[in-house]
Amino acid sequence: MRWLALKDLQILRRSPLLVGLLVVYPVLIALLIGLALSRGPDKPKVAFVNLVPEAASTISLGGETVDASSYANRLFESIEPVRVDTRAEAVDRVRSGDVLGALIVPEDITTKLSSGLESAEVEVIFNNEDPVKGRFVEQIINSRLADANVALSDKFRQIAVEDIELLLEGGELDLFGRTLNILGLRRTGQLLERALASLPAGAPERQALERVRNFASLAVTNLDLAGDILGTVAQPVRVKRTALDGAATPLNSFAVAVAVAISLMFVTMLLASGMLALEREEGAFTRLVRGLVSRTALLAEKVVLAAGCAFAVTLVMLCGIALLVDLEWSRMPLWLAALAAGALAFAALGVAVGGVAREVRAASLLAFLLSLPMAFLALVPSGAVSDGLFSVVRVVSALLPFKPTLDALDSALNAAGGGIGPPLAHLLALTLAFAALGRLALRRFG
Amino acid sequence: MAASPPATAQPGATSTAAGPALVARGAGKRFGSRHALRGVSFEIARGELVALIGPNGAGKTTLLSILAGIHPPDKGSVDAAGGPAGWVPQEAAIYSKLSVAENLRLFARLEGVPDPEATVAAMLDQTGLADRAGDEVSRLSGGNRQRVNIAVGLLAAPAVLLLDEPSASLDPRQRERLWAFLDTLGEQGTTVMYSTHDVGEAERHADRLLVLADGELVYTGTPGSLTREVGASGLGFEAAFVRFLHERGH
Repeated sequence: MRWLALKDLQILRRSPLLVGLLVVYPVLIALLIGLALSRGPDKPKVAFVNLVPEAASTISLGGETVDASSYANRLFESIEPVRVDTRAEAVDRVRSGDVLGALIVPEDITTKLSSGLESAEVEVIFNNEDPVKGRFVEQIINSRLADANVALSDKFRQIAVEDIELLLEGGELDLFGRTLNILGLRRTGQLLERALASLPAGAPERQALERVRNFASLAVTNLDLAGDILGTVAQPVRVKRTALDGAATPLNSFAVAVAVAISLMFVTMLLASGMLALEREEGAFTRLVRGLVSRTALLAEKVVLAAGCAFAVTLVMLCGIALLVDLEWSRMPLWLAALAAGALAFAALGVAVGGVAREVRAASLLAFLLSLPMAFLALVPSGAVSDGLFSVVRVVSALLPFKPTLDALDSALNAAGGGIGPPLAHLLALTLAFAALGRLALRRFG
Repeated sequence: MAASPPATAQPGATSTAAGPALVARGAGKRFGSRHALRGVSFEIARGELVALIGPNGAGKTTLLSILAGIHPPDKGSVDAAGGPAGWVPQEAAIYSKLSVAENLRLFARLEGVPDPEATVAAMLDQTGLADRAGDEVSRLSGGNRQRVNIAVGLLAAPAVLLLDEPSASLDPRQRERLWAFLDTLGEQGTTVMYSTHDVGEAERHADRLLVLADGELVYTGTPGSLTREVGASGLGFEAAFVRFLHERGH
């Protein structure tokens, strides 16, 4: 077996282009996928037209002045604003594709908001030529406007609560440049109590005063609850976020696990399937198995060699990534276990493919065609498809090595990734099953 | 093929001089419902040069692969004296990315030859490939590839060498060198059995013929006796062979 392994390494060494492609291609694919998973989309460019005169950029609410620009800044957290002066210019920018959408703030917005009597309105324009981009911009702007609405509504509520406080407790109120002293309902009630106490029992004013005191008392009791009620009215539903199932894996670490699993899959499967098919294509298989090497030993040699090569490549890749991404080096023994188990399972699947295909080109093509959907299925999240289809996806993923390899790598890279034992046992079982399939396929090899 | 005698390999050295070198007793093989071989029996003496001929699908490659130990027979038995027979498949079963010497070294090690380096050197010398030892097999001509293919089959100095259509891909000059080499091997005591579609080659380079048709051994004897048997002495051997098959319903 040693001589066969050396022979295979010699052959690989003499195919630098193939080896280069075999390493570079999956690493590139893996990095691209990792990058896509770890980064959200860039901020979309949106034209922003602010028609509000500078002098009117503040909103006066209940005697308080609020700067509207603080709400605009929240919107700019999610978009890259391209400031333009007119609506027509904004429309042109959207049409030409310079920006994905436009947000137009009319000149009367602050007046309407200040009045508190009328809803203000902003205009959103987007280009629907690319439905995906159009929907993306629409969703972002709607979401941010909803945030701004909530913030404004909160401000309105706060001002209303302060006014009610003044009504209850009394104090000073500035109105049209004059300062008014407000008595407040609570103190009104106290004054009425004192007035009632000073009146004789049969005084004719007593009945009317008692009715006013009762009203003041009732108003105090109910207005005490007004703050909470206004809060509920302003934001009837609040979001409480609780993550269930699936560990709290940082997105970066998960992307690393995906990237490494994809590289491991490509390198191992292409090597194992190709090396086994090569034995038949070169005609050497019949010569080897007539007493020089047993079929099982030949299969084992291909599995171990392909797994070993892929293990080395992906370990170097993982260490390289660990220099850039914050991974726990102390968990390296677990990285090694996950990589080794994944590599063996992929290699066993690779020899099964090589055994079935029997020619190097066919084996490589089949391995490639199998790899992509295998990775895709393992990454389908629950809820993305119907329950029945997701059950099928889960079963198929469990029968192939990508998902358990991803689980093992996730567990190895993150303390929160769950136990590594079950995915390792799963991979071991798949290794044995696919090796048995490969051995069966060798029956029709020579 | 250089017709020099093997320098270090001693073909047939371990076979017994008295007994046959190769024996088949009722060997049969089926692939699904198809009978590829139907109870074939024969004996081949040490140093004998035997041609296996017959129409396409007669079972020649199946018989050779059973004798070579690639497939076990479904019934009956085969026995090669002096250990496993050397095997030279029709397509060169060597690695095209390795050099000639690397191929020989690999198979010498897998065969468990005591001194692989000396054996490789001797085989390169014997097959006239010493000056191409470092060349990648993919760069060799068809004739030279076949030389390497045969050299690999001879590495373990087998008492019996089995060749499946060894001259199929060779030009006339390469064929002549091949047959000269095989004739020499036979003279030195190696039992050589080969299949061929070229009955003229079989007539010229075989001590004995085995004729297979539909998986049955229908004739064993010299080319001359086959010609006499069908009463076609005036015709060429090829015409006599065709008449022979026709008379037996093939």
